[in-house]
Amino acid sequence: MSVIAFAKNWEGKFKKSTYELVSYAKELAFRLNTQTLVLSIGEVEESELEKLVQYGADKIISVDDSRLNILSSRIYAEVISQVVNKEDASYVILSDNNSGKAISPRLSVKLKAGLAAGVLDVPKSLDPFVIKKQVFTGKAFAYVQIDSEKKILTLSKNSFGIVENPTSLNLVKFTPELSDDLFKIKVKSVESSDNKIILADADIVVSAGRGMKSADNWQPVEDLASVMGAATACSRPVSDDGWRGHEEHVGQTGKVIAPNLYFAIGISGAIQHVAGVSRSKCIVAINTDPEAPIFSVADYGVVGDAMIVLPELTEIIRNGE
Amino acid sequence: MKILVCISNVPDTTTKVKFTDNNKQVDDAGVQWIINPWDELALTRAIELKEDGNNSIDEVCVINVGLSKCDATLRKALAIGADKAIRIDADPIDAYYVAAQIADYLKNNPFDIVLSGIESSDYNGSSVGGMLSEFMDCPAISSMTKLEIENGNVTIHRAIPGGKQILELTTPFVGIVQKGITNEPRIPAMRGIMMARKKPLEVLSAVEMESLSHIVEFELPVAKASCKMIDAEHLEELVNLLKSEAKVL
Repeated sequence: MSVIAFAKNWEGKFKKSTYELVSYAKELAFRLNTQTLVLSIGEVEESELEKLVQYGADKIISVDDSRLNILSSRIYAEVISQVVNKEDASYVILSDNNSGKAISPRLSVKLKAGLAAGVLDVPKSLDPFVIKKQVFTGKAFAYVQIDSEKKILTLSKNSFGIVENPTSLNLVKFTPELSDDLFKIKVKSVESSDNKIILADADIVVSAGRGMKSADNWQPVEDLASVMGAATACSRPVSDDGWRGHEEHVGQTGKVIAPNLYFAIGISGAIQHVAGVSRSKCIVAINTDPEAPIFSVADYGVVGDAMIVLPELTEIIRNGE
Repeated sequence: MKILVCISNVPDTTTKVKFTDNNKQVDDAGVQWIINPWDELALTRAIELKEDGNNSIDEVCVINVGLSKCDATLRKALAIGADKAIRIDADPIDAYYVAAQIADYLKNNPFDIVLSGIESSDYNGSSVGGMLSEFMDCPAISSMTKLEIENGNVTIHRAIPGGKQILELTTPFVGIVQKGITNEPRIPAMRGIMMARKKPLEVLSAVEMESLSHIVEFELPVAKASCKMIDAEHLEELVNLLKSEAKVL
């Protein structure tokens, strides 16, 4: 019956989204009147695992196998399903990020468990199990009913929040049975990009569009981002024209993000772009065109030339620190 | 080598989504249907590999689980350059149902590489490719941004947060395609459209399969309160509002 949250680590460390995930699992377990189990795969120090207790982990199951430090969706799904079966868990919750998206479909087939991807809230009802998720990339929501006995959810970032709910540490180790055949993919090398702040994790995102007029005009965007510790992003035409890399493209066919604060600079606000950022808590639009559709979805707007507005704004924020 | 590309039939990305039947159905009126943008990228890359000639790709086939309204989208895939299209005639209830149908087809019709888009722009499940790989009991590469084949050796780039992994693996595998895999999706040329009419579009009946979930109801987001405009001469006001009102800075 219990709820298992899969706590992914990045080089041995958890992120805020992990704490949100555990907080959510705790709330669900509370409603179901059951235990919250948290599963960690790969080597993570005990002091790091202990942090999860703060958000309500009744039991932490650690699979500290160094072969599992790099994510493989196939192996991770196998490990999770072994733990689910051993603990007789009914619910598996993962973050709706790269790893959650890769693991959850495999797990769904393994456990024959219905999957609701990108859920936004606690269940609307428990029996039948109905839950809200985003569809059409934020243009709409759907209430999905999961009919199978076991259920898998991936949780959208910033949809529940981090809630402290301290328990006491109950840490156990688990050794899964894994055949050598599973270790078939060879990772030849790993390359890191220069972006210091990862877009998907960023609390603040500074995004710019074709209104910047040229790839050479990006310095003010970078400066504003850097003064706030924000990630940079861009609209589709900008990445299509090669002004910025594809990894920065946010929108319906790019990355879908949900930061606390999103700056849309020189972005007109096409429906496809808005779909990718509509879950941002606060949107600031800066545009020369007062009629730009972006103002209809923004919380705050400034009509003006980005090349003048951005340096001034950067200066004000820097002086206010 | 044979490549199978899974195709999802979705509303054009400019569509303003509406619902009918007490918010239980998507309103089809006026909707343009397209190949899911990521599936289109996957298909384009598959065709590029075949055209290259050095990769010994004999066939690029597309597959869809859907009703007859999907045929136009499959014809477009043929016009872009796929050799053959398969439609499994069924209402795609959930991703599990779709993946199970395609997995059943693959049992008797094996492929070396199966590609699917990382997401469909309608239900955003990101699930069919991963589910298929589990049914096939083979590796899946999520967020695949590069696919090269040389003398049967497969090299793949996978986007990871803050960088990429470079991987080597053997077939069969499922590649879950992210942007970057190719420069631009292809637009069908007149010649391609003419040729597509002669290419096979096979309609198969669905096998008995259960679904694990279904959509009960849709909902549209609540419109935002109006935007607070700030004078470009008084940007300190914006900073103050972000700090004290929105509490996001």
